[in-house]
Amino acid sequence: MERTITYQNQSQKREAKSKNSFFREIRKNHLLYLLTLPGILLIFVFAYLPIFGIAIAFQDYNPVKGVFGSAFVGFKNFRFLIGSSEIVKVLFNTVFLNLLFILCGTIVSVSFAIMFSELNSKKFKTITQTMVTLPNFLSWTVVAMIVSVYFTYQGGVLNQILNAIGFESIIFFNEPGYWPLFLVCIKIWHGAGFGSIVYLATISGINPEIYESASMDGASRWKKICYITLPMLKPTIILLLLLALGGIFYGDFGMIYAIVGKNALLYPTTDVIDTYVYRALVDLGNVSMSAAVGVFQSFIGFMLVVTVNQITRKYSPESALY
Amino acid sequence: MTIKESIGDRLLLIFMYAAIIVFALACLIPFVSVISSSLSTETALMKYGFSIFPKEFSLEAFRLLFKDSTIYKAYGVTIFITVVGTVLAMLVTCAMAYPLSLRSLKYRNPITFYVFFTMLFHGGLVSTYILITKYLGMKDSIWVLIIPSLINPFNMFLMRNFFKSIDESLAESAKIDGANDIYIMFRIMLPISLPAIATISLFYALAFWNKWFEAMLFISNKDLFPLQYLIKRILENAEFGKQLAASSFIPNYVTPTLTTRMATTVVTIGPIIFLYPFLQKYFVKGLLVGAVKG
Repeated sequence: MERTITYQNQSQKREAKSKNSFFREIRKNHLLYLLTLPGILLIFVFAYLPIFGIAIAFQDYNPVKGVFGSAFVGFKNFRFLIGSSEIVKVLFNTVFLNLLFILCGTIVSVSFAIMFSELNSKKFKTITQTMVTLPNFLSWTVVAMIVSVYFTYQGGVLNQILNAIGFESIIFFNEPGYWPLFLVCIKIWHGAGFGSIVYLATISGINPEIYESASMDGASRWKKICYITLPMLKPTIILLLLLALGGIFYGDFGMIYAIVGKNALLYPTTDVIDTYVYRALVDLGNVSMSAAVGVFQSFIGFMLVVTVNQITRKYSPESALY
Repeated sequence: MTIKESIGDRLLLIFMYAAIIVFALACLIPFVSVISSSLSTETALMKYGFSIFPKEFSLEAFRLLFKDSTIYKAYGVTIFITVVGTVLAMLVTCAMAYPLSLRSLKYRNPITFYVFFTMLFHGGLVSTYILITKYLGMKDSIWVLIIPSLINPFNMFLMRNFFKSIDESLAESAKIDGANDIYIMFRIMLPISLPAIATISLFYALAFWNKWFEAMLFISNKDLFPLQYLIKRILENAEFGKQLAASSFIPNYVTPTLTTRMATTVVTIGPIIFLYPFLQKYFVKGLLVGAVKG
């Protein structure tokens, strides 16, 4: 009996103490905390409130009654996720396209970073670097406009090339089969040059003495790339792959919607979760179902990041996210 | 001591130069073809297709584009959200990044996680849409293009890592001299972080300049369309050029639908292309400190 009382007293004291130190810390650094306040509030409203909005996925959402008044229906909205052939295709497209983007993008970015680091002429480097990073600064809508210049049936650049080498013109916008390849090329065109800068930054951080001593030992350029540059890049590559993998269930909406738009002929290979959800929400007005797909997406993405991070922490601790 | 390069090394180097030249040209040529087709006549474009050099030179598309008020309004909206958005975003981002870079701040880690978590888990499109339209009432307001994007966790972390690389004793000595934290941030930390500020500002400016999806979701008032969304609409319906041309009744007039599209694209990318080479030199420096690992 006595013992429990002292125990209670102690815990009460501890609580009071920690409360005290909380207020002392706030008072001591009140200006610093004040500085973080706008950011904290903005993130709360625009990132955390939508997370609470996930409740919509478990409701029969009624716009008039709102999130607080709509009836709760449990997992009913999720049921269509299983068995609908459309959803299977959309899921496949999302993962397939993302894997292609991540793999090809990383390979091209890393190769260009290595190439840029090997060049001697500074002027050439600056000019070409400016050129290859330029596409990254265009919005996808502008890219879509450029794509239309290249892929249209009549007068499109690709068809002109096809005609010049003796082939018939192709109506690209009617042929879903080609589009995974096209989308990968467009993605690389848009992002690989800029992506290489991050790797280049890592390469420029490598101690030049390592290269010098390798040269002394007679290592060729190729050997130096394989045995010095690539291993040094490994943590960065893994870190960025990890970040990308977490988003594998998110289609690049900005890109795909801008380029494909409402062209239903291309849906078989280009429709991804995000465009599907967008259509379900805006064109069909199916709020709860779209929310259910969104929840599924966030949840799988979250699990993926956590799992992959755990694996990374085991095998390559320096590249783990947290 | 110089070591003579072997033939293999030289061949590899030549291959690298060639690959970079090819990729660089591939990045540049699409711009050239868009600019050249905007300077071409509609009939030439229909007859010969798109090309690197305009076959029949004409400024008709630009004339038509600048006669109408649509493009000016869109420009105004885009410039407003880019300038106001970038300035506000930098303020919010730096104000959060600086305290989180200080080891002396006790609740630094919980706040960092609070920000980081939003990079892992999203509420999704639907709840964001309902929140903004139903509960915040921001539909058809220009602020919907600005306020939700004022803080980007990724940019915040880049900025924080840059502040971290600055010696903490600098702020401490200023504190001993009686400066408060806000003074230290604005008068000491920000001026010495210019490369990082230039880099992150460019990222924000670009995000604001290229904004169209939010406009598509939340804005239906034609006067509030930003440039990029205007382009999206022009791409989706070819009527734009015809609408512009409707005022000029000339016999045998070929409506410049294609060329006005291209002209609008050129007008949209112009400022970015001019601004970009000046800021590009900061990139590697700014990213070097920030991006890789904190």
